[in-house]
Amino acid sequence: MNNTNLSAILSLHAELSLVVVLVVVLLADLFRKPDAGGRWFRVMTCLLMAVQVLLDLTPDTRSLFGGMYINTPFTSVVKSILSAGTLLIFLQCGEWLGRRDTRFRQGEFYVLTLSTLLGMFFMLSSGHFLMFYIGLETASIPMACLVAMDKYRHHSAEAGAKFILSSMFSSALLLYGLSLIYGTCGTLYFADVPGLLQGSPLQQFSLVLFIAGMGFKMSLVPFHLWTADVYQGAPTGVTAYLSVISKGAAAVALAVVLRFVFPLMKEDWALVIALLSVASITVANLMAILQGDMKRFMAFSSISQAGYIVLGALAGTAQGMASMAYYIAVYVVANVAVFAVISTIEQHTDGRTSRDDYRGLYRTNPRLTLALTLALFSLGGIPPFAGFFSKFFIFAAAFDEGWWMVVFLALLNTIVSLYYYLLVVKAMYMAAPENGQCAVAPLRSAPGVRLCLALCVVGLCALGLYSGFYEGLQRWAEAL
Amino acid sequence: MEINVVCYLMVAAVMLFAGVYGFFTRRNLLATLISVELMLNAANINFAVFNRYLFPGVLEGHFFTLFGIAISAAETAVAIAIMINVYRNVRNIQTDDISDLKG
Repeated sequence: MNNTNLSAILSLHAELSLVVVLVVVLLADLFRKPDAGGRWFRVMTCLLMAVQVLLDLTPDTRSLFGGMYINTPFTSVVKSILSAGTLLIFLQCGEWLGRRDTRFRQGEFYVLTLSTLLGMFFMLSSGHFLMFYIGLETASIPMACLVAMDKYRHHSAEAGAKFILSSMFSSALLLYGLSLIYGTCGTLYFADVPGLLQGSPLQQFSLVLFIAGMGFKMSLVPFHLWTADVYQGAPTGVTAYLSVISKGAAAVALAVVLRFVFPLMKEDWALVIALLSVASITVANLMAILQGDMKRFMAFSSISQAGYIVLGALAGTAQGMASMAYYIAVYVVANVAVFAVISTIEQHTDGRTSRDDYRGLYRTNPRLTLALTLALFSLGGIPPFAGFFSKFFIFAAAFDEGWWMVVFLALLNTIVSLYYYLLVVKAMYMAAPENGQCAVAPLRSAPGVRLCLALCVVGLCALGLYSGFYEGLQRWAEAL
Repeated sequence: MEINVVCYLMVAAVMLFAGVYGFFTRRNLLATLISVELMLNAANINFAVFNRYLFPGVLEGHFFTLFGIAISAAETAVAIAIMINVYRNVRNIQTDDISDLKG
């Protein structure tokens, strides 16, 4: 154990800069007039986040605080992706936050969101299970407050209650699993545990509990029951955050722990992950077809996407990690674009989120329709867009490790998912509105939403056509 | 008289499964919360016992227990705040009455 001195704290670039943003936002919120619109406050937060995205990148591997905190180039790039996704969500939330009944609470929204992000950063960089657990909880406790943020709408409160209870249940399972690992190994440092694991039945049991706990956080089938209700009840911006950022962070953290802490038990966990992945993709796809509400529909879509994401963990190789980070980056831009459109339409039509309201949207709002279509094509994996390449890489990584049956089932499910993504596209372009008029009048979205959608569309095309990003990820993942 | 380590572990295991059972069967949000607390505390007992009996030289398990207690207190505070909010909106915290969201 090396000595800890204060200069070590300065090497926590990502976390430290995020704390600075958090404190500045908190103080600015204190000195702000609560009834004012807060446009400058929102602009300031977005600018600070934009700077923060760049500060996350650190090219070297660091181990601090006696091995409690480990930062690698790969986790730093994942942190950067998560920060960029958070920035996109902040951009699209401007309209909702500027509303008369939420504007005095916008500071709280930012501070809570940034604290969950801070928790995810520590979870990604943890070198000890205590750090991992604290990070996980720092990410999920403020998340419950965010879900229950619209406190006069009882759907929001109901979603909050469901979220906090299922999140506590999953943490309890995870904590019990960790206690058994501690009992059999005598330590919880990521560096020491692999040498002490023997794969005894007790350790297998604790591994299953650990995966179950993380499965709840990522909403994999059969731990997905809270997802649809929470996604529907939460404010739309929070749903977007929940579906991309917390899911992505939990997936990468799970992959890192499985690969580096449990390498000896790979046969055990790979089988569990394969079953969870196939179950998530299949069940969620079948459920998604039945949904008429866009937010519930996106909830099931995100469960099935989580199934694809864990395929990267299944491979357990550098290629798997790189393809997983790439998949998450692409998934972030596509899903954020979808939620930006859903939330804009919800704000302008007094809370309409049903798919039937999107009929004939093409005639009234061609540009919103185009952005939504591109994002759905990418989620479905249609070639020119990034979603195709991300699915391709993640399938290739799993296939190389011999999981061809899983890849085959996932591939079949891609076709099913195309069907329901195209249902929305069909409603927007081809279906005739009920009484000859689209439920959504022509609307002009806020500048933040337009910027967010433009960035997302550029991202969808650029990530797909520019190969340097994936190659960089691959290099960083191999250096891990 | 020294109590065998297995006895403590049995208590913890019974607490865990009682908690799981309660979580799935109770129809009141507060009772559900109590069940989850049972599960969290089962894990905390495990940590403390393993540390005391198997690895007495270091304090890792005790620290984990302390952090676990602090974190579960924070979770409980948030959960109860949300439940109060549910009660204000619905005037009830029976889980049967808060099922507006379903597909």
